[in-house]
Amino acid sequence: MAVVRSPKDLVAGLMFIAVGTLAIVISSNYTLGTAARMGPGYFPRILGILMIVLGAIIALRSLRVAGPPLPGWKWRPVLVVLGSVITFGLVVNSLGLVVSTILLILMSSAASTEFRPKEAAISGVLLAALAVGVFVIGLKLQIGIWPGSR
Amino acid sequence: MDLLSHLALGFGVALTPVNLLYALIGVVLGTLIGVLPGIGPVATIAMLLPTTYALQPVSALIMLAGIYYGAQYGGSTTAILINMPGESSSVVTCLDGHQLALKGQAGAALTISALGSFFAGTVATILVASVAIPLSELALKFGPAEYFSLMVLGLIGAVVLAHGSLIKAIAMIILGLLLGIVGTDVNSGVARFSFGVPELTDGIGVVTVAMGLFGFAEIISNLEVSQKREIVAAKIKGFFLTKEQFRKAWPAALRGTGLGSVLGVLPGGGAMLSAFASYTLEKKIAADPSEFGKGAIQGVAGPEAANNAGAQTSFIPLLTLGIPENAVMALMVGAMTIHNIQPGPQVMTSNPALFWGLIASMWVGNLMLVVLNLPLIGMWIKLLQVPYRILYPAILLFCSIGVYSINNTNVDIMLTVFFGLIGIIFVKLDCEPAPLLLGFVLGPMMEENLRRALLLSRGDPTVFFTRPLSLVMLLMAATLVLIIVLPNVRKTRAVAFQEEA
Repeated sequence: MAVVRSPKDLVAGLMFIAVGTLAIVISSNYTLGTAARMGPGYFPRILGILMIVLGAIIALRSLRVAGPPLPGWKWRPVLVVLGSVITFGLVVNSLGLVVSTILLILMSSAASTEFRPKEAAISGVLLAALAVGVFVIGLKLQIGIWPGSR
Repeated sequence: MDLLSHLALGFGVALTPVNLLYALIGVVLGTLIGVLPGIGPVATIAMLLPTTYALQPVSALIMLAGIYYGAQYGGSTTAILINMPGESSSVVTCLDGHQLALKGQAGAALTISALGSFFAGTVATILVASVAIPLSELALKFGPAEYFSLMVLGLIGAVVLAHGSLIKAIAMIILGLLLGIVGTDVNSGVARFSFGVPELTDGIGVVTVAMGLFGFAEIISNLEVSQKREIVAAKIKGFFLTKEQFRKAWPAALRGTGLGSVLGVLPGGGAMLSAFASYTLEKKIAADPSEFGKGAIQGVAGPEAANNAGAQTSFIPLLTLGIPENAVMALMVGAMTIHNIQPGPQVMTSNPALFWGLIASMWVGNLMLVVLNLPLIGMWIKLLQVPYRILYPAILLFCSIGVYSINNTNVDIMLTVFFGLIGIIFVKLDCEPAPLLLGFVLGPMMEENLRRALLLSRGDPTVFFTRPLSLVMLLMAATLVLIIVLPNVRKTRAVAFQEEA
């Protein structure tokens, strides 16, 4: 029974193998062609094979060469930060830049362990004004300012 | 003389009020993000790239370039004053710069780093201008086989000189190449890897990838550790160097400029590598190496000159060959593409005002930076006192607005979030995102040149080895890989980059 010496590399290797396999499976729907007349499936398949080979080497090496353990995974920053950006993306069209900016700032600030609601609210209002000034008035981006203004 | 008339044309463009303004905006933003740890030039340029759509192409490039070399100046301020690298390229400046600051000589360290950077910037500008024409002429002789081999060399070089595991970096390149071919195939019209999402048939934007992998992922990993930042901002007493310091510093700055200029041109080179190499060199040749780490002025002068020279000469492969050699240059490709400029040797002839204007603006920008950094130092120190808990939501906001404004759809925002998530996984697995971005930008070009080369040779793959220039480039790539797997080099490489962690 082999012992994993470098768990990071094992996971990375497996990830590359999976991506390579996926690339080959999907591109099997595209015409392969010949070397002289490559179809759309030729280059992706080469890359897929390379990806699997490299992934396999990385995964196998992880059994031999020692490496650091897998680091922990903290969900709070990941979910809060990405969640606040998703929310911004969903509402910016309908609610306008001001409301979505304040929402984004309030939500994303909560990812920090030093979250202070009042400070975040002030910062949100100031940044909303700045964003409107710079992006809508200054750079003339096509973004609505208030709810329903677009 | 030709060079002079070209530079005159360039300065004519760079000195127009509007371009002066954008150069100023660029270097101020560059200094700002350079001073602030936790946001780098890649994320900033990605953030601002979409907003440059409305600008003249030359103004856009002038501003974005200013961010990159401006960050080199700003990064040193943070390194010297609070012993924390504002930018990865100023990691080594911490070692001696902060020691000088603790001895009450912060002013001297800041002065030499600004003046050294300015000197290096001037030399590098002249260098970029003088090698541009011959290199472009060489590149115009390249056929598809040569281009393909050049890209192989560029990509391999980029990972050999970068840090981290070589084989993982190569795997990341391949992953980048795969992501690069998402979208409609130009030859057959087939939408590849679009997963039925109509927006993906146009391909993935470089901004979304860069912002997710560099911007979002970095914020999230910063939040996982405690954000207590110690401001031990040392008092600045005077900006003058002693005679003794000056005598030691100027040759170091000269050597740093030379080293940085050369390393900047190499694939994978640029600011960071140059700074590391210069520090190692200075320590090796110093009369008294034990001074290093205790406030040796050469340890500031050399690397600071080197990182600025390297930042600027890294534009050479991009401007003359159309090949980006680091993540920032990959974004510059994106910036040129949104303005319908195909990077490559033809830019100089088809768009001389843009080409020489950009080069001249680098010198103008450097001059502005000296002015910005020395007298206004107090302002930048104030900025450092803004806590990260206020800073990162603002960064997120500007990222989100930037991504949204590419196409005014939230599909791009969702994609960026997706890349942010992947970016975090990469961080956890020690997979460097920079090679992925290079592969991503070069993917379509590489496939196109591979296709054409093999079409011309009627499917004979030996074409890459029978054409001399192509063979030379492939041999160089192979040599690079060989060098790196030899144990000796691997050891020094590990030492050179260990401070990175």
